[in-house]
Amino acid sequence: MTTTTGDVPFRILPRITDRNAHFWQGGRDDELRFQRCRQCGYYLHPPAVICPKCWSKDIGVEAVSGRAEVLAFSINYQPWMPGPEVPFVLAIVHPVEQDDLRLTTNIVNCAPDDVRIGMAVQVIFEPHVEDEVWIPLFEPAP
Amino acid sequence: MTESDELFGERRAVLSGIGQSDIGRRLYRDPLELTVDACLGAIADAGLNPTDIDGISTYPGGMENPAGFSGAGVTDVQEALRLNLSWYAGGLELPGQLGAVINAILAVSAGLARHVLCFRTVFEGSAQGTKGRAAVMPGGDSRSGGFRATGFMEWLLPFSAPSAAVWIAMFANRHFHEYGTTREQLAQIALNARRNATVNPKAIYRDPMTMDDYLSARMISSPLCLFDCDVPCDGGTAMIVSRRDTVADLRKPPIEVEAVGTAFHGRPAWDQYYDLATMACQDAGTQLWERTDLRPSDVQLAEMYDGFSFITMCWLEAMQFCGKGESGPFVEGGQRIAREGELPLNTHGGQLSAGRLHGFGFLHEACLQLWGEGGERQVPGDPEIGVACAGGGPLAGALLLTRGR
Repeated sequence: MTTTTGDVPFRILPRITDRNAHFWQGGRDDELRFQRCRQCGYYLHPPAVICPKCWSKDIGVEAVSGRAEVLAFSINYQPWMPGPEVPFVLAIVHPVEQDDLRLTTNIVNCAPDDVRIGMAVQVIFEPHVEDEVWIPLFEPAP
Repeated sequence: MTESDELFGERRAVLSGIGQSDIGRRLYRDPLELTVDACLGAIADAGLNPTDIDGISTYPGGMENPAGFSGAGVTDVQEALRLNLSWYAGGLELPGQLGAVINAILAVSAGLARHVLCFRTVFEGSAQGTKGRAAVMPGGDSRSGGFRATGFMEWLLPFSAPSAAVWIAMFANRHFHEYGTTREQLAQIALNARRNATVNPKAIYRDPMTMDDYLSARMISSPLCLFDCDVPCDGGTAMIVSRRDTVADLRKPPIEVEAVGTAFHGRPAWDQYYDLATMACQDAGTQLWERTDLRPSDVQLAEMYDGFSFITMCWLEAMQFCGKGESGPFVEGGQRIAREGELPLNTHGGQLSAGRLHGFGFLHEACLQLWGEGGERQVPGDPEIGVACAGGGPLAGALLLTRGR
């Protein structure tokens, strides 16, 4: 995994808490990280305080491969707010490690018209270093 | 009262009156005034006086942000009309916007109140002013000030997805992918709404719209174009939910509540729902049909949420007017959902053309049509059975209503 280069667009960043820091700051080490139940192995996202499968509170954090599949997407043309230049692609992707593990993200380094449902993608981080946030975006997998 | 009426408590409630304020793209009027206009209209329509009202229910309750989203809360109306309340509720963690009306139905069914005033007021048109959607968007003015995303928006705003338009667009695209739905099919929701709005004097957009107009409109978030998105407006809507045994006090035969649907079985985040080609509405729809002997084929009128056109497609499937994934062919050509068709849909013009009254407009229109008060837009044959459904994504509430059965 590599981080993006060039200008970093304005983004509204998340408020970092003890519960979500692993996700938003994993990019510092080029790692896409999720909570994972130490008892049953279930990945939890968004972060939680209890495993919804086995009700264990023994929750750790693990890095995943960063590979994912596009489940749904939209090419956004409307400039809602300062941010990436339009058009850009919003997508719901599914990291390959678990069927119901999902996140909303942007697909980058790819012409918007080339994005397809089912497409294999991999994580790439957009660094907001001063704010200590690394935004996980996805690009076509080689 | 029959045994099944005892089992399904919603049948102890009726809708006894409706009211609506002036509606406009931008009225620049006090939203509380719009609210009381709608409320007094509903109370009079029911043949009641303000002193008869002993309950209030509203969505989303009083709140300052987003601007224009809530014109009044419970206490604003309680104070304005000096009501003595036996029961009240306002909030937004409900089965959709009409969840507030379903709450009122439950309250009268439980004997906590006799006549509950339900209302919803928006002034998003005025709040937006000339500055566009960004003015009322979460984080829309956040370039300075160090605003940070929290709650469910934490997982959306950092990806520049502040609007339900883009969230719904992803669902729509998934539906297109799975079922071969087309833009021309989706267009029928918008074209049908506009046809109906041309004969609704209160509608925001009343000029005829063609398929060419639709297909050449600017894209917002594919596959949704401008005409797939509802229009922010100012206005208040109100209705009275009464206990069935108060019928002698009422001005006209009330609308009966046959069944409601409130279920939501999936995960609550917009992007975590298990099926990305539908929404919570499918759970609410399934539940509603488990609470009645009526069948989808009995329904003569459908007033179903169109904050974005695709949501109505989801509701058509959820309410089992067509099979899962079949809403595209169902609306194809538009004849079936027209006022003269087999399932007249959004007969006031929906939120797409009549204005984003946010859920309550659909129930108002359902009652109006069932009472035969639709005027120029009255559905032929005076329908007796109709549905009002509101909410998109994780929000969904549905009511099955009857008249004179």
